[in-house]
Amino acid sequence: MLTIAYFTLLEAIRCRLLIAVIAVVAAAFGLAELLGELSITETRQAQASITASLLRVFSICATCLFVISSALRERDDKGLELILSLPLPRHAYLLGKTAGFAGFSLCAAILAALPLFLYAPAVAVGCWMLSLFCEQLLLAAFSLLCLLAFGNISLAFTSVMAFYLLSRSMEALRLLSATPVLVSDANSQVFMNFLVNALALLLPDLHTFTRSEWLAYGVDAGAVGAVLIQTLVYLPVLLSAGLFDLYRKNL
Amino acid sequence: MNGSPHISARPLSTVPLPVLAVLIASLVIQVCWSYAQPRAAATAESLPDAPDTELLRLHSLGEPDTLAKILMLWLQAFDNQPGVSIPFARLDYARVINWLDALLDLDSRFQYPLLSASRVYTQTPNDAGTQQMLEFVHRRFLEDPDRRWPWMAHGVYVAKHRIKDLQLALKYANSLSLNVSSEAAPRWVTQMEIFVLEDLGEIESARIIIGGLLASGRLAGNDNELRFLKNRLALLEQEISL
Repeated sequence: MLTIAYFTLLEAIRCRLLIAVIAVVAAAFGLAELLGELSITETRQAQASITASLLRVFSICATCLFVISSALRERDDKGLELILSLPLPRHAYLLGKTAGFAGFSLCAAILAALPLFLYAPAVAVGCWMLSLFCEQLLLAAFSLLCLLAFGNISLAFTSVMAFYLLSRSMEALRLLSATPVLVSDANSQVFMNFLVNALALLLPDLHTFTRSEWLAYGVDAGAVGAVLIQTLVYLPVLLSAGLFDLYRKNL
Repeated sequence: MNGSPHISARPLSTVPLPVLAVLIASLVIQVCWSYAQPRAAATAESLPDAPDTELLRLHSLGEPDTLAKILMLWLQAFDNQPGVSIPFARLDYARVINWLDALLDLDSRFQYPLLSASRVYTQTPNDAGTQQMLEFVHRRFLEDPDRRWPWMAHGVYVAKHRIKDLQLALKYANSLSLNVSSEAAPRWVTQMEIFVLEDLGEIESARIIIGGLLASGRLAGNDNELRFLKNRLALLEQEISL
């Protein structure tokens, strides 16, 4: 398992993804400095907030694309079939890959947090970094699950982005469905309300993760605790679903 | 499960029981955790200041009309809450108007902000807030009267019957009759002024307007409307003679 994790991480380094992350972080730092020149007041908050939100989106996209492309390449090169034919439990493969992706996510989160230490308190940046790591971990596990299930890069990435956007906007969707302008007992409205609530139960609360406001206005320990618990709760869902799919694959 | 052309699915029995158990247990825990989370509540106080329109346009990525529609739904979530009068009374109407202004600037053909202003936000028990909203509707109505007259017409009704400010109703009705020229707008829109004047006791003014309308020939072909206005004119003249 550790070997698989090591080689997965090595792949991230060899395909120059970490260098790309460093380059984007450097560019984001440049942008933050430019913002500092433009901003008249609350300069630090603006720098931290805007840079953090950009780096968050980039880190998430980079992680998802890396997971999908890495797993796809392994499948196309028959690496997956080779590994599955070895006397190795299938869960070791999935957990090893996830551990490798977690390693990459940790590196990316640390790199993304580095420029933010200049603009926000260290504790807030630390919490933001931890939360970004958790978010990336969940998205990496979901990306792996999607690729195993669909075996197609377009479908997998679209599904991951849909999952991400839906999870992040679920709170707003819930509010909108709970308080429509035209209140009616129409079946369609009841059904939509039910559907939104049911989806909200099945999706992780990603809207509470990695909030830029932590950097500008301080972080609440409870919020970070909730992020950690949500990660611990949801990661087994994704991993076991991935294992379920992997165990059913035939050579 | 059969996404790969090379690898087919094995039967469910090949999945180890612990994996199934973890899957089911973790799903149950996720649902319980999610259910236990406090529900988000829309609060009137949390409405932020409206950003500059140019900034919003920048964020729209070339689709300002779409952004306007999304933001309108978002804005709606702040005030459209159960127990509507309490949140409305607590809303910062100046801030809401800034948002509505920004949304109309993003998409000038968008009618939703004006509908919200004239029909939804005027439901507040706070008359000052209602007047603010009506002024907003009037200001934006003047920019495109032929398209936005329905909201101003409703504004006349609100001023007359809800806040009972007949002078304000007259101002808006007068504005409607002066500015709406579209053939698509029903004629009662431009005739509202007459009825407000009557309510104000300005019988003479109402008579002059009806007389002018009849003489203008704009009602040609509408016999029922002509008859109605002539009857109205006769009644007014009767009142003046008394």
